[in-house]
Amino acid sequence: MKEIVIISGKGGTGKTSITASFAYLGGKEVIVADCDVDAADMHLLMQPDRRESEDFYSGVLAEINQEKCIKCGKCAEVCRWDAIPVIDNKYVVQSLDCEGCGYCALVCPTDAISMNEQNVGNWHISNIKTGTKMVHAKLGVGADNSGKLVAKVKNEAKALAEKEGKEILIVDGSPGIGCPVVSSLSGASYVVLVTEPSVSGIHDLKRVYELVKKFGIRAGCIINKADININKSNEIHSFVKKENINLICEIPYDEDFTKAMTQGKTIVEFDNGKIKQILDESWEKIKKI
Amino acid sequence: MKIAIASGKGGTGKTTVSTNLASLLAESEDVVLTDLDVEEPNSGLFISGDKIHEEDKFKMIPKWKKDECILCGNCQKVCNFNAVMKLGKMIMVFPELCHGCYACSELCPTKSLPMIPKKMGELQHFKSGNLDFIESKLIIGEEQAVPLIKQTLDYVDENFPERIIKIFDAPPGTSCPVIEATKDADLILLVTEPTPFGLHDLILAIDTMRELKKDMGVIINRFGIGDTNVEKYCEENNIQIIAKIPNMRKIAEIYSDGNLLYPKISEVKVQLENIISFISEYQQENAL
Ligand code: SF4
Ligand code: SF4
Repeated sequence: MKEIVIISGKGGTGKTSITASFAYLGGKEVIVADCDVDAADMHLLMQPDRRESEDFYSGVLAEINQEKCIKCGKCAEVCRWDAIPVIDNKYVVQSLDCEGCGYCALVCPTDAISMNEQNVGNWHISNIKTGTKMVHAKLGVGADNSGKLVAKVKNEAKALAEKEGKEILIVDGSPGIGCPVVSSLSGASYVVLVTEPSVSGIHDLKRVYELVKKFGIRAGCIINKADININKSNEIHSFVKKENINLICEIPYDEDFTKAMTQGKTIVEFDNGKIKQILDESWEKIKKI
Repeated sequence: MKIAIASGKGGTGKTTVSTNLASLLAESEDVVLTDLDVEEPNSGLFISGDKIHEEDKFKMIPKWKKDECILCGNCQKVCNFNAVMKLGKMIMVFPELCHGCYACSELCPTKSLPMIPKKMGELQHFKSGNLDFIESKLIIGEEQAVPLIKQTLDYVDENFPERIIKIFDAPPGTSCPVIEATKDADLILLVTEPTPFGLHDLILAIDTMRELKKDMGVIINRFGIGDTNVEKYCEENNIQIIAKIPNMRKIAEIYSDGNLLYPKISEVKVQLENIISFISEYQQENAL
């Protein structure tokens, strides 16, 4: 099975719209995973039925049982995050500050501190409008551990693809270079980098590509809004050439992307002209890699 | 006063708003702009200035000293992040997984795991007129943004008095880095787009900020594209829309070259002035 991960480093490049288009073009041949769990938007274009849904627990937070607490203050002393201030004469864990290391529970002489698993979101396996399935998730508000939820979504999607005998897994990856994107990338067979010809687009492309290189994954690049700045587009051309990244396609600036989105459609359903043709050809290329 | 510019989804124009707002404000008063999107810091691409300071930022991780180690395995037992493991006659530390809690180190009976600094990123401080600009960048391969964000915030607190306006370009999303970047802010400005993706992610961001009990206002970027659902939502939920930056191809072009918008596009300047009056009203009402 091939695992194609689409990432962009920077947001707003059209990554999700493009991923959804590939998912649409892939139809029944593919399984789809939305690993951008922080801003999971694929479902707005894929109409999932959320048939199966499960809570996701990950990480722990400290909680102090005030009845057992003898107010020795040892927990507050060892906590590196100053997460246990004294409030109204009580030691109270501030859940937003707690890192879940559990050091406090280890030093508490009366065993007053318990480490409780946190529900950080939920994940679903859904039937989507293209006649296949999508694995997606929703991260709880302010939740930690999005990297782990990403890994969960990916693993479930992989297992599903194998079970259903699908050849291709399409993954909408997370932004940034931190733990969620690391989880999105691990195990990928091919990475599609979506960028735009702007100073920030190029900056983030280079940074995220360095990460891709560390993983030794082959990569291709899509330049969206390519005609916004020809000089910057050329700069991307030389960069991908130098790094041996295949240039999959260039897409012109087109507000139809947004129009399609407002109707809950992928751009390839909405547009019958040039953009559709470009994405059709790109998908054919990517599929063969 | 601390103002965080945030957005549920990336690429809605957070950096555009932060850099343009800070620069315009700096035409008449002292302003500190800090880029807390340490994974992909972009503000610096739009701000020029003289570098007045730079420093490496470190996190603390344990380092195994084998001489006195009795291989009791206590370190492995106490680490909640699987960052230290006993493998045969060796103790292995996995620096990317370590959160620096010191448990393994301080609870080691033979003191065989002293904590040592490991570089996780760089902080740079630039100055141009009234504007101080601070940017931190996470090293590639380093997975945790939060410690670097925290140290960057400390730098700002140590170096600037409280009353100055401080603008923070927060990371996108709603998970731990965003919480760290916004939890001390007085006011949150959420930048969104009038599209289904924009609205969906805005709602997540609003829920997050409500949880943090923050005051907030919304800035709609690329106004005119998409639909009117963001406006409807804000109205129904009593959230003030403080500016609407128009959708113009020209804006995308100027932005793409790394230039500020308001000197060239008067419509943008008008909207930034709306934000500035919102901020000064807020300041007066809350005596900041
Ligand atoms: S678990 Fe760690 S971070 Fe949380 S309160 Fe205890 S010592 Fe602090
Ligand atoms: S310092 Fe804490 S997180 Fe790091 S290895 Fe030791 S126990 Fe694990």
